[in-house]
Amino acid sequence: MTSLIEVPEAKPGAVTPKSKAAPGGGLGRYLVVRFFLIIPTIFILVTLVFFMMRVIGDPITAAQGGRLPPDVLAQRIHDAGYDRPILVQYAEYLGQLATGNFGTTITDRRPVVDMLATFGTATLELSINALVVALAVGIPLGLIAAQRRDKGQDAVLRCFAILCYATPVFFSGLLLKLVFSAWLGWLPVAGRTSTRTELTMQGLAAPSGIYWLDALRSGNMAALGDIAAHAVLPAIALGLLTAGVFLRLVRTNVIGTLGKDYIEAGRSRGVSEFRLLTRHAYKPALIPIITVMGLQIALMLGGAVLTETTFEWKGLGYQLVQYLNARDFVAVQGIVVLLAVIVAVTNFVVDVVAALIDPRVRY
Amino acid sequence: MTVNLGTMSDKSGRAVGPVLDIDGLKVTFATDSGDVEAVRDVSLDVKPGEVLAIVGESGSGKTVTAKTILGLLPETATQSGTVVIRGHDVVSVTPAAMRQIRGRDVAMVFQEPSTALNPVFTVGWQIAEGIRAHSAHGHRVSAKEARKRAVDALRKVGIPDPEVRVNYYPHQFSGGQKQRVVIAAALALNPGLIVADEPTTALDVTVQAEILQLLRDLRDQYGTSIVLITHNMGVVADLADRVVVMYQGDVVEEASARTLFAEPREDYTKRLLAAVPHLGRQSASEGVTKRLHQDGKVLVEAKNLTIEYPGRLGRPGFRAVDDVNFTLSEREVFGLVGESGSGKTTIGRAIAGLNRVTGGSLKVLGYEMLNFKERTFRPLRKDIGFVFQDPAASFNPHLSIGECVAEPIVIHEKASPAETRRRVGALLESVQLPSSFAARFPHELSGGQRQRASLARALALNPRLLIADEPTSALDVSVQAKVLELFRDIQEEFGFAALFISHDLAVVDMLSHWVGVLYKGKLVEQGIGSHVMGAPQHDYTRRLIASLPVPDPAEQALRRAEHRALLGT
Amino acid sequence: MSTSELHASRGPILGRLPVVSHLRKSVGLQRGMLVAGVILTGFFLLATALAPLLAPYGYSQLSDNSGSFPTQQAPSAKHLLGTTVGGYDVLSRVLWGSQTAVTVIVVSVAMSLFLGVALGLLSGYFGGWLDRIMVVIADAIYAFPSLLLAIVMSIVISRGQSSFWGGILACSFAITVVFVPQYFRVIRAETIRLKAEPFVESAKVVGASSLRIMGRHIFTNATRTLPLMFTLNASEAILTLAGLGFLGFGIEPSSASEWGFDLNKALSDASSGIWWTGVFPGLAIVLTVLGLTLVGESINDLNDPRLRGRRRAGTKQLKAGKA
Repeated sequence: MTSLIEVPEAKPGAVTPKSKAAPGGGLGRYLVVRFFLIIPTIFILVTLVFFMMRVIGDPITAAQGGRLPPDVLAQRIHDAGYDRPILVQYAEYLGQLATGNFGTTITDRRPVVDMLATFGTATLELSINALVVALAVGIPLGLIAAQRRDKGQDAVLRCFAILCYATPVFFSGLLLKLVFSAWLGWLPVAGRTSTRTELTMQGLAAPSGIYWLDALRSGNMAALGDIAAHAVLPAIALGLLTAGVFLRLVRTNVIGTLGKDYIEAGRSRGVSEFRLLTRHAYKPALIPIITVMGLQIALMLGGAVLTETTFEWKGLGYQLVQYLNARDFVAVQGIVVLLAVIVAVTNFVVDVVAALIDPRVRY
Repeated sequence: MTVNLGTMSDKSGRAVGPVLDIDGLKVTFATDSGDVEAVRDVSLDVKPGEVLAIVGESGSGKTVTAKTILGLLPETATQSGTVVIRGHDVVSVTPAAMRQIRGRDVAMVFQEPSTALNPVFTVGWQIAEGIRAHSAHGHRVSAKEARKRAVDALRKVGIPDPEVRVNYYPHQFSGGQKQRVVIAAALALNPGLIVADEPTTALDVTVQAEILQLLRDLRDQYGTSIVLITHNMGVVADLADRVVVMYQGDVVEEASARTLFAEPREDYTKRLLAAVPHLGRQSASEGVTKRLHQDGKVLVEAKNLTIEYPGRLGRPGFRAVDDVNFTLSEREVFGLVGESGSGKTTIGRAIAGLNRVTGGSLKVLGYEMLNFKERTFRPLRKDIGFVFQDPAASFNPHLSIGECVAEPIVIHEKASPAETRRRVGALLESVQLPSSFAARFPHELSGGQRQRASLARALALNPRLLIADEPTSALDVSVQAKVLELFRDIQEEFGFAALFISHDLAVVDMLSHWVGVLYKGKLVEQGIGSHVMGAPQHDYTRRLIASLPVPDPAEQALRRAEHRALLGT
Repeated sequence: MSTSELHASRGPILGRLPVVSHLRKSVGLQRGMLVAGVILTGFFLLATALAPLLAPYGYSQLSDNSGSFPTQQAPSAKHLLGTTVGGYDVLSRVLWGSQTAVTVIVVSVAMSLFLGVALGLLSGYFGGWLDRIMVVIADAIYAFPSLLLAIVMSIVISRGQSSFWGGILACSFAITVVFVPQYFRVIRAETIRLKAEPFVESAKVVGASSLRIMGRHIFTNATRTLPLMFTLNASEAILTLAGLGFLGFGIEPSSASEWGFDLNKALSDASSGIWWTGVFPGLAIVLTVLGLTLVGESINDLNDPRLRGRRRAGTKQLKAGKA
């Protein structure tokens, strides 16, 4: 879990726009430099994951050791090239990654890229749903808490934020299921869709893989309703977790900017408190907020693993646990690398957005 | 600079009575250690077109009084008394009415222009926000109209090309221009009263002169009343008509500027005025015709000294010190003066091995600082003392004063604990602190006491060279006067050579035998202190000296007239 | 926090202890939050210490003298909080679970504290290429979903086997890997900030060695955020431990009681309306994390003068302040 509370002085990201924005630098240069910083991040994670996986042994022994006669096993290991020096394998693996080849899973012999494409869209859909919940809940409540600082509403909202954070997503999921599915019977217990909708969705030509988008495009309202009913509980469980973090983040940063001289300057010109909050204080606060939100994407992906398992949502996280249990490390490695890329790219995009908001970087 | 005369709204309708009338104001703050009375009993008034200065040292309550006028006190404050602006008592009005008063009847100019402007909005937008917050003739001002008026306001304060600059962000302006923008924002609705809280304290002295001129023009041409909050007696002498002296929350004395400076009534005022350094008086090199102490050994020698800070990501570096030559001999006090960014601090730090020398040569006690190695330089450190600007930050908050002062002794000499204690006691007494202070922690001392302790630490090993980087600029004037006096006495007693760095010409002149003037990294002039101050050779030095307001209204008015051409105002 | 803010922490030794000093300077709602946090955390620690006395059965006990426990039985006199699908007593599992949680917190936080502080100090103080490499690595790990990292680590370390200490250590190591970059970042940033402080420079100017500067001047000042980080990381450690347990990469039920594992087993119960197997271990997690986070948040607020609430002037004195 990424920290709920940003500890003072622990500003995220190796490069923040402000620190690198010397006068006359310009946005273009910043973007280029920031873009190239993605590469070491991904490289380090790939390396880390590769060697950690290999510490356990070669993938074939891990997955099938004990189930095959030793000579067959040895033959398979040799065929797959896992008996060569580890550095050779590492170099080869990097080469394959560079060409987009993630290998083939050991347990169900699928190309890893296919697997990623299939399950990745499900995780993407879950993340988008949850992000919508998190933003819709976290930002307005955070602004209210900052405005009503140290008053009753603030205390209630802060306790709500901490509660959101303190509740593991599998427990909130369990409670939601208990109340809305088992007791009230309003919403389905688990899964991404009912079986019938699932078949309809797969029958579509050129699907995007995002079910509600596909349902909208094909105008299938019944399917859309089914998809929405299934999406509600996972989105709330994962979304509230992140909403707590967003609330806290918005509150702290807006309180920080509300204490700045320029707010008092605005006040001294007669600008209303509401406008000071929603414009004068919010926009400068947005820069650090957005940067930290980028890091929360990592929290969400971690949460997605738990959410998907809780709700049997067949996405990358759910699949990751299956492959881990089957000790299929080629598949695991593929998923982890993809997640690393997503995290690195998201952080890049977020930094770019923050830079675009900040005029000190733009000029 | 002259202010463009625009058509002004008719002010003749306004009453001739005071623009601001404060009566029996009392403000109390809640703090961790109980309630603090920041303002005890303040009564004053400001007439139309008058500049009223409220002066005082830190803790006098002058800034709190200023904030009360605009109703900007934090929630932890409680206030009583009346503050009447054009018939409204801002202590008792509703928040909505207060909002209407702000900007329309009274506006504020802040100390630090770089923080008083929102970095993510254009200056035009920020000025327009204030305009649009007030309805004109019952309807909301359109965005276009507000922008037009923002351009007018910028033009009024002398921002060139206001139509273009209105779309600039704050970071695209220089410090002085930012302060002009802040003043423009305050002027946007033509309020009758401007409260200026230390409007020039964050600015260099040459920029300060321009801003003071601007404020004077506003008063002269638009009849705007100004409440000027400041600790700087020179600024008061330059701008104020009438002065209110505050001390610990109370008004001590009130008089016209000329009367106050000429014949102060109260003891506090007398002491305050006596403590203010006055350029040309008390010069350390009065009557000196030849550079002093040239018979001694040369301790510091800079030849074509260049110091560059590396640029980020391959951008060209910043040259902080550019081709500087000077020497500093035994027993000599070298005063280094310059504005912010002139490189004065960089030179001092380079001599102490805190900054790298990147070109030329800098010899300190015979050691070449170009390509210096901490390991080989360390033995020489016992001969160099350093006094930092901020006495609060230069002591480790977790160590007692005694431990801090003892540190050089512990590091360089294997003295016994009893011996160390004895020496620390003696050192503290030599800077006029009781030796019992050794057991105290830094936060238990006042600013002046801390700076004395800092001096004691610098002198612990009886160094041959002392570097003092703005040692008194964080202190109140009365404290500064005492520390300067102590510094002078101790230098004579111990006989160390000193590099005295300051932005304040008068302070430098009081202590230094030889003065160097830095401008943008170049040493533009050096000479005997009284010669440089009395007959400056370089244009920049002339401008610098002309910009410095002296604490005497009559003399300052003469100087201003004299230097008008030089300052280009 | 400015240096002047630091001074407030000087005083009698009891008053300088982190939580005690914060309690003293808190007012109103902030004090309420801190007190609530301290009480919840107190309950948690009490449960840990007294688990052997309070728990009616052992954590892996499936039967007693009167025979095997029933499975999925609703709360009753014999099993106050019911029994699980595996036939464990829920109340006993919840109480014993606190012991597992505390052990993991102590081991993981101690390890990451030591490593993170040491690396952060060195990296921040000396800078240079080593610093740059460490920062890139720490940032890469920091940005990565920590739960995934913990899963991978726990598999690498335990390889599926899980005795009590094996499981505890695997979880703790996994959590440590996640935390070290956090401590590293904070301490490094503090070190860099402090390095430019005049009091460190003045130590440098008088000729203090690097070791002396780091130990005497930087370390004591850089570690002021550690009480805060400790409480926050303790709660994160519990969540990560529970996450691992929930996904089946934690500690076997026969080795120790672990809340996350019990929640996993309770998941299918929820669909059929059986609430007691999941709600209680879940509540245990929530209340423990809530308590620790409340303490951490309050400390954070009270350390930050911008966020610290103050009484209004004129209200009665809460406590005579020192002059």
